[in-house]
Amino acid sequence: MDKTMQLSDIVAELHDGMTIGIGGWGSRRKPMAVVREILRSPIKDLTIVSYGGPDVGLLCATQKLRKVIYGFVSLDSIPLEPHFRAARQAASIEAVELDEGMLQWGLYAAALRLPFLPTRAGLGSDVMRINPHLKLVRSPYADGEDLVAMPAITLDVALIHMNRADVHGNGQFLGPDFFFDDLFCMAAKRRFMTCEKLVPTEDLLKEGSVHTLKINRMMVDGVVETPNGAHFTECPPDYGRDEVFQREYAATATDPAAWGAFKAKYLDVADERDYQRAAQSR
Amino acid sequence: MSDCTRAEVCAVAIAETFRGDGEILVSPIGNLPAIGARLAKLTFEPDLLMTDGVASLLGNVLPVGGAPGPQPIIEGWMPYRTVFDVVWSGRRHVMMGASQIDRFGNQNIACIGPFEKPKSQLLGMRGAPGNTINHPTSYWVPNHSPKSFVPKVDVVSGIGYDRAAALGATAARFHQIRRVISNLGVFDFDTPNHAMRLVSVHPGVTVDTVIANTGFELVLTDAIPQTRVPSAEELRLIREVIDPKGIGNQEVKA
Repeated sequence: MDKTMQLSDIVAELHDGMTIGIGGWGSRRKPMAVVREILRSPIKDLTIVSYGGPDVGLLCATQKLRKVIYGFVSLDSIPLEPHFRAARQAASIEAVELDEGMLQWGLYAAALRLPFLPTRAGLGSDVMRINPHLKLVRSPYADGEDLVAMPAITLDVALIHMNRADVHGNGQFLGPDFFFDDLFCMAAKRRFMTCEKLVPTEDLLKEGSVHTLKINRMMVDGVVETPNGAHFTECPPDYGRDEVFQREYAATATDPAAWGAFKAKYLDVADERDYQRAAQSR
Repeated sequence: MSDCTRAEVCAVAIAETFRGDGEILVSPIGNLPAIGARLAKLTFEPDLLMTDGVASLLGNVLPVGGAPGPQPIIEGWMPYRTVFDVVWSGRRHVMMGASQIDRFGNQNIACIGPFEKPKSQLLGMRGAPGNTINHPTSYWVPNHSPKSFVPKVDVVSGIGYDRAAALGATAARFHQIRRVISNLGVFDFDTPNHAMRLVSVHPGVTVDTVIANTGFELVLTDAIPQTRVPSAEELRLIREVIDPKGIGNQEVKA
């Protein structure tokens, strides 16, 4: 089955108030082209689940978010995500802050259709105080140990970005880490994958071993080819992080005029192609 | 003493926190922790496993900060998924930072002020809750002051001994805050109620300076020794092999 579509087709399936999981990690291999398409749409009140980076920051800065479920939000080379910080410090978003392993467990529980998975992570910490919905579970075995019952984080939609993919929805990471992208897909009802390059299925092993094929077509409903689509986050080996652009983005958090100019130049454009032109014409 | 810097003393003190760890994953977060862990691996703890900060286990020791060095030898693959598994299996010792730390070793890297509307949002919980309940944890605080060593942290990310004790012996059985290294001294929790103790002061630092810069009462013994200074070989390794660019000296001056 040919699952290729356009960015606008993905966003056409999104609705106000949805829970959307975004793959990648910090400022690494984020599906930024889809995030930008969301920014250009009227969609609002989203709940975002993410190992957060500029995806979360941009959605905060454009008031698209109602709630964020995260373990951290960071730009990596800039440790604190300034737009996310601004939103948190203004208390303009609901924050569900978890241990990053708990976040994995929540996605994994959803993927396995379990109500929860037990873990020690979180015990005794303020994760339990700031998230009063979290409960403990007692081991039914002789040890009787109390553990955190990390509830499933079920997603309406998952968005991930891969280095290569085929039209059927098989996806390939060629960088050092696949992060948790497979779990995001497995935890979601609808799954959309962007990729740097679409290749024929028979070419998938030309650039990476079979172990790099972490996303199979059962996990994906739609595929879009978005060259440079993770910009300005890194997408090795295709490209590194655009540190100059990231610094420019970060600096706009404390300067409304600079943010206005950034938004006009890069976000309030017609489409992804115009964004890429603007980003490359610097 | 005049022939080594405070940062080099800190590097050795950090290396000492990993003494005896053997064949486990050490995760030093930050520049001086990275220098100290590499020093331990090059001297008394050769079996330590360490990543390149991304997803590879490095079989050899490279300099910090991208300084020219040997070709990396990759001995394994350690994506974040596997790191999480290692955390929960316990075969790991992490050295994290702490924006705030209190008398029982509770750590805050989440935010300053109330969580609901922070005065300053920091990193977030990251892996601190899971790290501290699962395996040995140490802390590096490069700016020891009453603002970082506080009576009560605003948010508990990494759990301290009082929180662990409240969970009971079973839940707390893997919890250990090994040591805290600051720019002023070395601290541990080897006291009857696991309150923080001053183990040693770095050369050039007085006990009074440490007390004046700590927002809670430290456990003090009669004679507080000085932190040991680097040996000639350790200095050579730090300056020529691990940190030829002197990044450690930028993090801690003096």
